[in-house]
This record gives sequence, structure tokens and C-alpha cells, in this order.
Amino acid sequence: MVLRINGDERRFAPPLTVEALVGLLGFEGRRIAIERNGEIVPRSRYSQVELSDGDRLEVVVAVGGG
Amino acid sequence: MEDGLVIAGRTYGSRLLVGTGKYRDFDETRRAIEASGAEIVTVAIRRVNIGQNPGEPSLLEVLPPSRYTILPNTAGCYTAEEAVRTLRLARELLDGHSLVKLEVLGDAETLFPNMPETLAAARTLVAEGFQVMVYCSDDPILARQLEELGCVAVMPLASLIGSGMGILNPWNLQIILDRARVPVLVDAGIGTASDAAVAMELGCDGVLMNTAIAKARDPVRMGRAMKLAVQAGREAWLAGRMAKKPYSAAPSSPTEGLIGKTA
Repeated sequence: MVLRINGDERRFAPPLTVEALVGLLGFEGRRIAIERNGEIVPRSRYSQVELSDGDRLEVVVAVGGG
Repeated sequence: MEDGLVIAGRTYGSRLLVGTGKYRDFDETRRAIEASGAEIVTVAIRRVNIGQNPGEPSLLEVLPPSRYTILPNTAGCYTAEEAVRTLRLARELLDGHSLVKLEVLGDAETLFPNMPETLAAARTLVAEGFQVMVYCSDDPILARQLEELGCVAVMPLASLIGSGMGILNPWNLQIILDRARVPVLVDAGIGTASDAAVAMELGCDGVLMNTAIAKARDPVRMGRAMKLAVQAGREAWLAGRMAKKPYSAAPSSPTEGLIGKTA
């Protein structure tokens, strides 16, 4: 399936939870937040939310800014 | 705490809020912010770089939320929708923390705020339980509307973001200050310590700045200078300055007892 993550398309083998994706991307334990198709995915739900083909994800962090 | 800054029911000892951008590296960020004495630091929210070295230090390790009040901002957002989405992500990122800085820009060249979008975003955010500190133009009517919407602080610009031009319209600022019932902080335009002191002498509750510290030749030293300027300005405002008497000079020394005079 194809996921659009931060604007870029990437292929993954289903089934895939948000938790598994976070692991694959190497962000386990890092302070991030995820939006899926415009809705926040709470951290407590990462292991329950199954990703679907065509999902649009935004994965963000805090950076320096004013 | 004596003379603390109260925002959304929480008291802070420092009236200086600082940004975290434009520093050379995280070490300089940390040292300059420590020197400034700021307790509230604003951060931007951006897409993570996929494929980034996971071991790379992150900003929130350098400025831990256990020590600083992290104020996520919407810098770079041009619509209410983008700003609201960004802050929903920020709230999740910061474990439900709801104090945020709203900023919706209207123009990439001047970075002037888009006030209709700012008002729309503020309305949505307040309804969703955010505590909104809002960057705004120095229009007293808009500032009042933001307050009426439920924003916890209004933050008019002194001059353009990153310009270092100081307070261009102290008269508008004064009108906002005279009427506001929520804290008023100057956000944007501070260039040097005297600008910060003037803002505080006008009666501002605080000052938020980034570039003035980050782009000084010695940011750590400027961080300290800004801390002192904000404290000095606040003290002067509390002390109440003497009246200006443009045409009646009055010597501070006795007019009697001068030598060389015949009685």
C-alpha cells in the first residue's frame, strides 16, 4: 500500500499499525505527533490504528522558531 | 512570587519570553536562553525529516519541558486552518499542554499578521480548550476582540518580525494597554535592550523576542542584557516616572550657598 508521509509517497506492506510505522521510520521513543487524514492520532492509540492505502500522514516535531 | 507575570492562572517570575530559532547550534540556544532567564520559550512545529538520524539531539532535549514552559507557535501558517491543525499536533506532541502562541501571517515579505484569519483561528482554538496567546497587529479594536474571544494574552507587534526596529507606535500600544484586562506582551520588533525597557516602561506585562538575542554578535550576553532591560523597565514602570517638564528646568542642587557671591 502507498502512504503519503509528510508529502512524500512511500510503499509499505500491510497490515501496518501506526505503532509499527513509527518503528520502521526509526522514531520510537522520540517526541513526535502524528496527524492521519487531517485527524490527530493520539499516542495511546498508535497500536490500535491500522493504516490504509492512500492515507495521508503528517509527522511533526518541535524545532527552533520564534 | 512577588510581581509575577500571570498567564492563564499560572505565575511566572520572568517577564521575558524568548524564541528558539536562528541560533548557530543547540548549545548556543541553551546558553543564551539560560542567560535570558526566560521561563516560557516558544518553538515551531515542523514536519520531521524522514530518514533523519534518530540519534540526533532534539530541541526538547536541550530545552526540556520539565524546566521550561514550552509555547508551541504557528509561525509560517497563512490560514486559520493550518494554524489550528498545527496546534492540535502541538498539543499531542506536548502531552496535552494547552498554552499556545497563535500567529497567522498575511504576507511573506512583511510577515504582517492576517487578522481575519487570526480571529477565526482564535475562535476555534478557544472553543477546543486551548489557552491562546495571540500575535496581532497593534490595532486596539482587534486586540479587544481577541480578548473578548477568550485569548489569555494579546501580543501586538512593536514592528515587523525580525526587523529590530523597536516600538514604532507607542501610542497605539498605550491605548491597548489602557484597556486590556488580559496581559499585553510586545511580540516582534525588539532590536536591543532599550527597546525592551521602553516596552516595559509603557506598562507591557512582558516582551517576547527571538532575533534580537539570536542575531546579536554575542547572543549569550544579549540574553542577559534583555533580562536586565525587562527587569529595569518593569521596575521603572512600577516606580512611576517623574513628570516631564520640557520648559521648566529645575536644578537638583541648592540654589543657595554658592561661593564667590556677595551677600
